[in-house]
Amino acid sequence: MLLCLVAAHFVVASLATLGSRVAGRNAFAIAALVPAATFVWALTLGPSLLAGGTYVEVLPWIPTLKVALAFHIGIVQWLMTLVVSGIGTLILLYCRWYFSSVPARTLGLLVAFAGAMLGLVTADDLVVLYVFWELTTVFSYLLIGHDSSRRANRAAAMTALIVTTAGGLAMLIGIVTLGLATGTFRLQAIIAAVPSGAAVTAGALLMLVGALSKSAMAPFHFWLPGAMAAPTPVSAYLHAATMVKAGVYLVAVLAPAFAGVVGWREAVTVLGAITMILGGWRALRQNDLKLLLAYGTVSQLGFITLLAGLGTKAAALAGVAMLVAHALFKATLFLTVGVIDHATGTRDLTKLSGLGRQLPVLAVVAGLAAASMAGLPPLFGFVAKESALYALTRLVGGDGIGIPPAVAVLLIAAIVAGSALTMAYSLRFWWGAFADKPRKEPTAIGHAPEIGFLASPVLLGVASLAFGFLGPTLTSVLWGYVDSVPTGGEPHELGLWHGFTVPLGLSATALLGGYVLFHFRASVARVQATFPRLTAADEMYRRLMRMVDSLAVETTARVQRGSLASTLSMILTVFVIGVAGSLLFLPAWPQVRAWDSLAQLAVGVVTSIAAINLMWVRGRIRAILTAGATGLGTSLLFLFHGAPDLALTQVLVETASVLIFLLVLRSLPKFFTDRPLQSSRWWRLLLAASVGGSVTASILVAASSRTHEPASAGLETLAYEFGYGRNVVNVILVDTRVWDTMGELTVLVVAATGVASLIFLRSRVTGRRHAVRRRVEQNEGAWLRGSNDLNPASRSLIFEVTTRLLFGAMMLFSLYLLIAGHNLPGGGFAGGLVAGLALIVRYLAAGAAELEEAAPVDAGRLMGVGLVVSIATALAPAAFGGRIFQSYDVHLTIGALEAVPTPWGPVNLFGDLHLVTSTAFDIGVYLIVVGMVLDVVRSLGAGIDQQRAEERSPLPRPDSTTAVPASARRPVR
Amino acid sequence: MTPSLTLAVTAGVLVAAGVYLLTERSLTRILMGVLVMSNGVNLLFLVAMGPAGNPAIIGAFDGATMSDPLPQAMVLTAIVITMAVSAFVITMAYRSFQLNGNDEVSDDIEDARIRALAERDDVSDSYEDATFSDTGEDVVSE
Repeated sequence: MLLCLVAAHFVVASLATLGSRVAGRNAFAIAALVPAATFVWALTLGPSLLAGGTYVEVLPWIPTLKVALAFHIGIVQWLMTLVVSGIGTLILLYCRWYFSSVPARTLGLLVAFAGAMLGLVTADDLVVLYVFWELTTVFSYLLIGHDSSRRANRAAAMTALIVTTAGGLAMLIGIVTLGLATGTFRLQAIIAAVPSGAAVTAGALLMLVGALSKSAMAPFHFWLPGAMAAPTPVSAYLHAATMVKAGVYLVAVLAPAFAGVVGWREAVTVLGAITMILGGWRALRQNDLKLLLAYGTVSQLGFITLLAGLGTKAAALAGVAMLVAHALFKATLFLTVGVIDHATGTRDLTKLSGLGRQLPVLAVVAGLAAASMAGLPPLFGFVAKESALYALTRLVGGDGIGIPPAVAVLLIAAIVAGSALTMAYSLRFWWGAFADKPRKEPTAIGHAPEIGFLASPVLLGVASLAFGFLGPTLTSVLWGYVDSVPTGGEPHELGLWHGFTVPLGLSATALLGGYVLFHFRASVARVQATFPRLTAADEMYRRLMRMVDSLAVETTARVQRGSLASTLSMILTVFVIGVAGSLLFLPAWPQVRAWDSLAQLAVGVVTSIAAINLMWVRGRIRAILTAGATGLGTSLLFLFHGAPDLALTQVLVETASVLIFLLVLRSLPKFFTDRPLQSSRWWRLLLAASVGGSVTASILVAASSRTHEPASAGLETLAYEFGYGRNVVNVILVDTRVWDTMGELTVLVVAATGVASLIFLRSRVTGRRHAVRRRVEQNEGAWLRGSNDLNPASRSLIFEVTTRLLFGAMMLFSLYLLIAGHNLPGGGFAGGLVAGLALIVRYLAAGAAELEEAAPVDAGRLMGVGLVVSIATALAPAAFGGRIFQSYDVHLTIGALEAVPTPWGPVNLFGDLHLVTSTAFDIGVYLIVVGMVLDVVRSLGAGIDQQRAEERSPLPRPDSTTAVPASARRPVR
Repeated sequence: MTPSLTLAVTAGVLVAAGVYLLTERSLTRILMGVLVMSNGVNLLFLVAMGPAGNPAIIGAFDGATMSDPLPQAMVLTAIVITMAVSAFVITMAYRSFQLNGNDEVSDDIEDARIRALAERDDVSDSYEDATFSDTGEDVVSE
């Protein structure tokens, strides 16, 4: 059910655009149904949870990593769920009036965020928790950066993202560490086991770092005020009520088990106290109401984290109570600011005056919330703060954690000071928003807020009041969690009156101090202004970011010199140093054989000579023929090694390549650029020699140190049993590793399409249609029909005759290779290449028109059909209950022809045809290879022919290595 | 397993020639480098296959003398892809001649710009100073 609810959020979020188009602003109200349903569902869980039960939901996800979609709802999770869904509902309703037109993006993100937050507070599996954790970060980033055209939004969004993600990464390391140390990723199991050890300490502290960054604790606090660039309802929901509480939630859940680890309490108390005072101090300086609240949130988060992280029963109770109290009053206050902003167009408290009279309801509600924030009785904030002060006073006696009394007193002093600041900025807020200011006209109200607009803040504000009287009930609700904390004595329950106690005195002191701070605000402001400007955390962050950026610029400038050669050289140098360098530590030389056979030696030597020669060749055609020689040498070496398939394919590829290259070289200068003998040439030679040497040495070492069985062991039987083929290489291609081939086919299609688009630029079809229409009818007598158009001087009758005779035989041979390939050397590649060569021959003999005669199809379509065939072969078995790419075999015999009586005895005319379904895949391969060759020949042959005729091809300059570009040959149209 | 020195050295020579050509400026020569280098790399697979054997065809030869079929399948894929890629590169060379009259790979302009940034000790274009003032002037929503 829970998983369905989380999913429902995401589904509704994805429908936001559609919904806002159909329902307009009411889309917000409709979307609010999802968190509302969650709220109701959570309420129904109440009775069983209060009776001590838990709600658990587990769905397997990655069993091999012990990761499951596990959810667990105990008391704290339940409260968080209620907060997330309840406030989420109210915020979405509020948005209905807040936005004048529907920002579908914000709506979708807000609902999706609510879903992620729901998952976060209920996830039991830490990996799942982390996923939701980062999802909330991403949604927050997108919501803050809602207006990407504004620098403030971009910068604030990026800062929030980087700071919280950095913390999140620390947390991920912590999660993995804890998971490995305890053998489980389940939060409840880890807490129940209370593991110990150095790894657990490190893991717990790393998770704490993540929590602190999310909850905007010093020194990570600076992202939160920036996040106020988001729309106000978003700030109310994410950056006050829920997301920033994720860190507190995590601290509260982990504290019972990990509060005792070294450094935990120290970090939580020191950073918490500093954050509380720092936030309060800064809040006093703000003139923007929203920023004032933001710093107030920072301050409160410090306070709550301190309580939640202490790990005593009393502090745990106070922490959760504060968490709820803060969610209620801070959401109210933010929504109030939203209404004011809407009504007056400003949030600047120096400009606002006399709003209290004009918006009395809002002023009362905001007053309630501000009083709750300040800790005035009888509001819930007072109750929570009382219990907090009570928990702290217990610390003076140790309360089971053995904190020195002096430190405890210091801590209390800090919290009282922080509370005084809270009182001061609460007053400042209410005064700034609603009070009549002397010598100031009342601010004009653009339009009065509707009732619906006020409903959400009113409800939340009244809740702040009501909860103040529900102390005992809340205590009994929270008792299940408080009881799970092992340390410290039992606290007294939440309540408005416990007699004249020390906490009450501290509260009164804080309230009084706060009032004094507010009353003498002018003097305080002067003191604040004289405060020395420290290098704050945000300044450090900015410098760090700048450093990272300039480091990137410097590194890129050093490493990427701009020329392809130097980039390659750098990569290869690293290769040489890394590989050859590590070979230096080799204890013994590898055992090698000089050669397998003398033929291998001879071919090897010739191939090497051809390769070395290739380095100095200056003529383009010579270079291509020399490169072809190395290819043919390689194919002979394949053959000697027992790889006839490779040899066959290599020979065919070499032939086709050389022909294709020659088609292009017609239009290029004869010689390469002859640069003066540069010194760089010797460096390149040195680099080449070292790379070659490293390659040779490393392959010898690698091959000689192999002790394992080859991965292909056993394939010679499996190939036949599962692939029904005798040619193991072919079975690997079309069955065992067919996905590789699938990928390769795609590369072929892409490359051929690339070639065609570089030549034809727009469509490969246009040139062809033109040729087809010119088909000559009265050409029956000629050897090749397409040859009629050719210039008689460039015709070769012998070539035409040979082509006419050879073409059929070549096509037949290609089909034979295709069909026989499963059991004998051959296959789709070889067959396709032979067919392609046959087409090339037709083109060479009689030009473009003849190519059209030979293959009156569109190459792109041919390749498309090939892809469809191969994909269909992949999927077809699944339709019949098999697995994708499963092979089947069929024996095809025809009974009537099996024993045809002849004078020489019965003869099997048809034979026993053993068909394997993977042959169909090979047919796809065949079609694609033919299509590719056709496409390339049509582009580089017929296409370039056409460009030459239209003077659009490059024209080699005589006695030069350059050519006249097409644009210089013809004026550009 | 004792590899064949001849094959390994031949592969090394082909790769070396390939590296020398790859660091050229002419696209056609770079293409030659790609071709000869991929031949060299394919030979490395032969070394990895172990000693020369009989074709991997079931029933034709004794199973024990069969050469390792798996590297062969990989090389077969590589051969055909090299062909497609080299067709693409030669077309690029042609196109380069058609547009510029030569097929030299020119230096990257963007890299030169970054070098200029580094010399000025400047930050990149994508860098944005993240400032939020305490006065709230920078931070206004809507």
